[in-house]
Amino acid sequence: MDFAMIFFILVGALSVATAVGVVTSKVAVHSALFLLVHFATLAILYVTLNAQFLAATQIIVYAGGIVILILFVIMLIGSAPLETRAGYRSWVPYAGLALGVLMLAGMAMTILQMPLTPLDPNANQGGAPIIMGIELYSQNILLVQLAAVLLLVALIGALLLARRPKNEESPISNL
Amino acid sequence: MVPTSYYLILSAIIFTIGAVGVLGRRNALIIIMCVEMMLNSVNLTLIAFAMQWNNLNGQVFVFMVMAVAAAEVAVGLAILIAHFHLSKTTNIDDINLMKW
Repeated sequence: MDFAMIFFILVGALSVATAVGVVTSKVAVHSALFLLVHFATLAILYVTLNAQFLAATQIIVYAGGIVILILFVIMLIGSAPLETRAGYRSWVPYAGLALGVLMLAGMAMTILQMPLTPLDPNANQGGAPIIMGIELYSQNILLVQLAAVLLLVALIGALLLARRPKNEESPISNL
Repeated sequence: MVPTSYYLILSAIIFTIGAVGVLGRRNALIIIMCVEMMLNSVNLTLIAFAMQWNNLNGQVFVFMVMAVAAAEVAVGLAILIAHFHLSKTTNIDDINLMKW
């Protein structure tokens, strides 16, 4: 077992452990922090797959943007643990777990039957920011523009959705 | 060198954990986090295949998935806040405004 393999197993185990932490922790803030570590471990795995640009994007967009957004919302609307509230269909998690095991078995079977040729260690030099930039801004320029429009529309939509109703007084005016 | 199938299996495990979270948890915020986790596991698959077939299109696609995920989480959280103003809960069982 070489170094790359040991590294992959360590990072993968941490990634799975934090994913389980996101799902199982009772407090929403803990879930968000587990999610942060999970995204960081995935960024490390992207680097091992020669996707350095996407690793940086992962850290900036997910760890820097999305997790912070989720944390802000948790702090805005509070995070009282819900599941502890008496007998809310307690069988649902077990049904979810059973369906998950079924899905995992199906996916594992598909993956193990797939004919994957062993890869050439120096085949892929791609994924560095320069190469990704050329790829994105030459062949895929339309996609970049579409992503820009999508993000703009999402921004306006989020603003419209989350604003206060007009008849409700702002809490700041009461101060 | 780590075989690609190991990355695929790790990604399948993470996807399954996320799906179990979506099905099993009742807090809408944690459900959004689990959806993000599932999107990320698919990103890992795409990058592993981009490496396997020496083709950058997978990585370009991951870039687009990240843009869509950012938009999705922003709108999702905005809907959550709007509904929280209405009913003071994030329990997914109580969010049934459009159920008939």
